[in-house]
Amino acid sequence: MDIIEIIMGILKNPLVKSAIGAIGIITFLSLNVLFLTWLERKLIARVQIRYGPNRAGKFGLLQPIADGAKLITKEDIIPKKADKPVFILAPAVGFLFAVLPAVSIPLAGGLIVSDLNIGVLYIVAVASLSTIAIIMAGWGSNNKYTLLGGMRAVGQSLSYEIPLVLSIIGIIIFVGSLSMTEIVDAQKNIWFVFLQPIGFLVFFVAAIAEMGRIPFDLPESESELVAGFHTEYSGMRFALLLFAEYIHMVVAVALMVALFFGGWYLPVISTFISSMSGIVPVILEAGIFIVKMYIIIVILMWIRATLPRIKITQMIGIGWKVLIPIALLNILITSFVLVVLK
Amino acid sequence: MEAVIKKIKTRNPNEMIINIGPQHPSTHGVARLVTRLDGERAVKIEPVIGYLHRGIEKLAENRNYVQFLPITDRLDYVSSITNNMVYVQAVEEILGIDVPERAEYIRIIMLELQRLASHLLFVGTFGADVGAWTVLMYGFRERERILDLLEMVTGQRLLYTYIWFGGVRYDLPEGFVEQCRKTVDALPSYFDDYEEYFYNNEVFLGRCRGIGILKKKDAINMGVTGPNLRACGVEYDIRKIDPYSIYDRFDFKVCTQKEGDTLARFNVRMAEMRESVKIIQQALDNLPEGDYKANTPKFLKPPQGEVYSRVESPRGELAVHLISDGVNRNPYRLKIRSPAFCNLSAFPAFAEGDIIPDVIVNFASIDIVLGEIDR
Repeated sequence: MDIIEIIMGILKNPLVKSAIGAIGIITFLSLNVLFLTWLERKLIARVQIRYGPNRAGKFGLLQPIADGAKLITKEDIIPKKADKPVFILAPAVGFLFAVLPAVSIPLAGGLIVSDLNIGVLYIVAVASLSTIAIIMAGWGSNNKYTLLGGMRAVGQSLSYEIPLVLSIIGIIIFVGSLSMTEIVDAQKNIWFVFLQPIGFLVFFVAAIAEMGRIPFDLPESESELVAGFHTEYSGMRFALLLFAEYIHMVVAVALMVALFFGGWYLPVISTFISSMSGIVPVILEAGIFIVKMYIIIVILMWIRATLPRIKITQMIGIGWKVLIPIALLNILITSFVLVVLK
Repeated sequence: MEAVIKKIKTRNPNEMIINIGPQHPSTHGVARLVTRLDGERAVKIEPVIGYLHRGIEKLAENRNYVQFLPITDRLDYVSSITNNMVYVQAVEEILGIDVPERAEYIRIIMLELQRLASHLLFVGTFGADVGAWTVLMYGFRERERILDLLEMVTGQRLLYTYIWFGGVRYDLPEGFVEQCRKTVDALPSYFDDYEEYFYNNEVFLGRCRGIGILKKKDAINMGVTGPNLRACGVEYDIRKIDPYSIYDRFDFKVCTQKEGDTLARFNVRMAEMRESVKIIQQALDNLPEGDYKANTPKFLKPPQGEVYSRVESPRGELAVHLISDGVNRNPYRLKIRSPAFCNLSAFPAFAEGDIIPDVIVNFASIDIVLGEIDR
């Protein structure tokens, strides 16, 4: 037997396949996160008439690595009265539930680790579990500020999970499937952001709240709760929590691209790409996907650099009194239009 | 410390006591608010002061009159020229020193530059407390230009010790008037930027409007002064009602608001900055030639007497009550009436019952400086 055939045989093994997928996902997300921490600091610095990191490497590009090295070599402090197992587990749990949804987000046609037939449901369900990590961190630290942060995180998650899911239902009605690949394929001609503008708005606001970014960064609002749920964390555990947060953002934005911005499809270019063969179209499609992601991420960073933080009562109010009714209305309109068109 | 906890303690299992400060990102120094929380709601707030206590009033009794002047800088370290002014004014009054015309004008320019620097710091840190960190940087950018001017004159950037008995310590350097005019003329356009940012921002307005309403009557009863009092609709500004130095020669208005909420306190300061710019412009136009300092003896030994001098600091009515026994070279007693102290004591009255984010914004809006409160 040929060596290549043996390798192909090993690769076909589902266990090996999923291992490669896991490594691929974590590498992809980690690299993105490293770059994003740099990009965010640099962008916000420019908005704030500063320079941002510019010492380590060209344009400070090595800053994330320097930060990582610093955090790894830091002393690992566990507060004396902390709930030890919970405190130690929280960053790991947060990281896990941040990474898991990425499993069924397609980066390009066929470039997906597991194309579940309930993809959307799975992503939303797993992503919402990351709240558990925050409440674990908040409770386990045995600090009143972290506890308040954890409580806020739960409140936020409860009130924004619902509009987030409701805003996706419109799309699901359109496509008639929960599979991510099918949803993206349905946007070959027109993106859902144009068919579902209200749904998109609700999704956008709810997603920012889910990511916990300004103006919805209440669980860790530094001027109120010191650092919120990660007040007591230091060193690598802190890095992991922060990492999880960024991964959360990447995944949420990837979901947004896949659901509303046609995933890897671009109006004219996609027809060219589909005529090619081999590995080139996959790379090009992934490239389109990533560019779209970064455009949205830059907008999110822009929002962070511009807006103040809203307060907890306003946030709950917006979730229940504005977003949910709008999302429900959106579902109603979508269904009505579809019924009429049929 | 324990007494405070005992005072605020509760048996209600739904409530907990939380220490906001002394080390907390938005306590502006080392203020400590022992707060009883019911969920997010602050049921009771008890400010604890004294963390920065340095015994400045006692120091005054053990230093001679000149030696104490640099220590006044350490009172309200965000506007130290104002502190110099109130102390120097008291000593001058007791000694009967006349200040030359030019020195008076220089004093006004420096005092108003200091007010601008202080208010710009307020705008920046207020933005940060609301969550808009970008504004912090913008506030600091403009403040930096004013600090450059102050540095040009005094050689210092924070603690200036600039106002001297009988005048000011140094004359204005060459080119100061032109540069000051340039900087000050450019400021209103930056204020426009701030206003555009804040007043078109629904998130910001939602955070501030109707939050922490201080009633006019309460404010007066609790001795609140400065922008915080003017935000309740009381037209009370020492520069107008009891003009010191040569403030009566300038044309400016006292900025007031009716609402008495956080937004009103913010608005008053925004408006005051424009008035300060106007005063500086007028002072620069009329700046006379002459001496910058009267001929005062090196060692001051005032006669027996008692004097109460007050100025309008960026935070309110800053006053010094000085008693000289006529025997020693040091004050017999020096009492400092700090505006931030009174403003802070009124804080629980309007912040209790609000949720934490509101408490923080309220706390930022009264613009305290701990150096002055703890003395």
